[in-house]
Amino acid sequence: MTDLTKPAMIEMKMVHKAFGSNQVLRGVDLRIARGSSMVIIGGSGTGKSVMLKSVLGLIQQDSGQILVDGKDAGNGHSGRDRDAFLARFGMLFQGAALFDSLPVWQNVAFRLLRGSLKRPKDEAREIAIEKLRRVGLKADVADRLPAELSGGMQKRVGLARAIAAEPEIIFFDEPTTGLDPIMSGVINDLIREIVVEMGATAMTITHDMSSVRAIADNVAMLHGGKIRWTGPASKMDASGDPYVEQFISGSAEGPIEAVR
Amino acid sequence: MTPLALLRRLGAATLGLLASLGRLSTFAVSTFLHMLRPPIYGREVLNALLQVGWLSLPVVGLTAIFTGGALALQIYAGGARFNAEAVVPQIVAIGMVRELGPVLVGLMIAARVTSSIAAEIATMKVTEQIDALVTLSTHPMKYLVAPRVLAGLLTVPALVGIGDIIGIMGGYVVATQNLGFNPATYLVNTVNFLEIHDIISSLVKGAVFGVIATTLGCYYGMNSGRGAQGVGRATKSSVETAAVLILAANFVLTGVFFSL
Repeated sequence: MTDLTKPAMIEMKMVHKAFGSNQVLRGVDLRIARGSSMVIIGGSGTGKSVMLKSVLGLIQQDSGQILVDGKDAGNGHSGRDRDAFLARFGMLFQGAALFDSLPVWQNVAFRLLRGSLKRPKDEAREIAIEKLRRVGLKADVADRLPAELSGGMQKRVGLARAIAAEPEIIFFDEPTTGLDPIMSGVINDLIREIVVEMGATAMTITHDMSSVRAIADNVAMLHGGKIRWTGPASKMDASGDPYVEQFISGSAEGPIEAVR
Repeated sequence: MTPLALLRRLGAATLGLLASLGRLSTFAVSTFLHMLRPPIYGREVLNALLQVGWLSLPVVGLTAIFTGGALALQIYAGGARFNAEAVVPQIVAIGMVRELGPVLVGLMIAARVTSSIAAEIATMKVTEQIDALVTLSTHPMKYLVAPRVLAGLLTVPALVGIGDIIGIMGGYVVATQNLGFNPATYLVNTVNFLEIHDIISSLVKGAVFGVIATTLGCYYGMNSGRGAQGVGRATKSSVETAAVLILAANFVLTGVFFSL
């Protein structure tokens, strides 16, 4: 099972969430150790994104508890508390979610240009360019607009923005969706390197098995609104769970219904 | 349909209407609270002033000048039936300042500004840019909504004032060039006839319409459904509702200013 010797950074206990009559999460229990990389797998529409967004408080769970570093994530956060809470996170969105009205460097340095982490413009720009370099982009993209970049470059900018303020926890929402296999490999390697070098706790949701193998210390499979299986990535292939096996092999035959 | 089913449907529609009115009111109140409390994003406010106010000038000017001109022609033609052609300057001034100036500017702002705000914010919502703002510790109500509504509150009265003047100018040009009015007499009649009360009512209407137009654009954008269809629907509903609310508010304000 997951490493219980290290303290938990994120803990979900019996988390439920429904949208109208659609019960998405039906009691999710998950523990992510500090400094580890957890990858959540599961089919489309199984609630992986909902899980991630409920940790950030973008979605409020109906019942159950979410702890971040031992403290309740959702409740009682307002104003400055909420600001401080969110400052611990970085997130790479599925479509990169760059602000298309701002040039690339201001996207990367967004958090450094306003709010509690605000610093002088020149310094923020310098940090932005350094982070862009870290994700393999040259300084000359800094002044371009996001719409002028390719999908892979946008993902890199999104990654640079996620790590710009040196967060303790980084979320990756489908980091390789829409990229070609080579660019996927590059992004996977970057994520792995950055998470290791920053010592951050990472939570990734994906249905791309190459991402899982590149990024994960631990894997959890979400199915039917619950965590179906969780364990170290090395034991994933011998899980003995028919659901996990079907997901890994990508077979249409198995306990998971192919028509959703 | 049985009477009971009819009643039920009527009840559901009424409840739905009241619920959306409630949500809209809550949104408006929350917008004002965010406007008053720091942080205030100066650059966003400047940009909104530019977009809502300055860039609306051409369309406001053109609308007003043609309307003022047509008004002068109509009053001349109508007045001629009972030998009252001479009232053209007075009626043009009253008509433009009290009603047509504020209403037409309000509707043009609904067409130009409400639609673009709704489409922009809805697209940001659909592409997860709103979620990204939150994860970067920036409140969307403060960053996106408050600056735009503030710009509506400040610039639309100015636009209405300018529209009033240009509308009167339109009437003046037509009356002096085509209808044989003496320029000096026309201006003296206009100025003498207008009261400060008329001008205040015009500007107050402008402020109210500016708030309605920008708030609705933001409200429908923030509550947009998914995908291209969601953005389209949000845009359509925002302009529709803004136009109707502007006309309804105009009726109420005219009642307050001129019949009490």
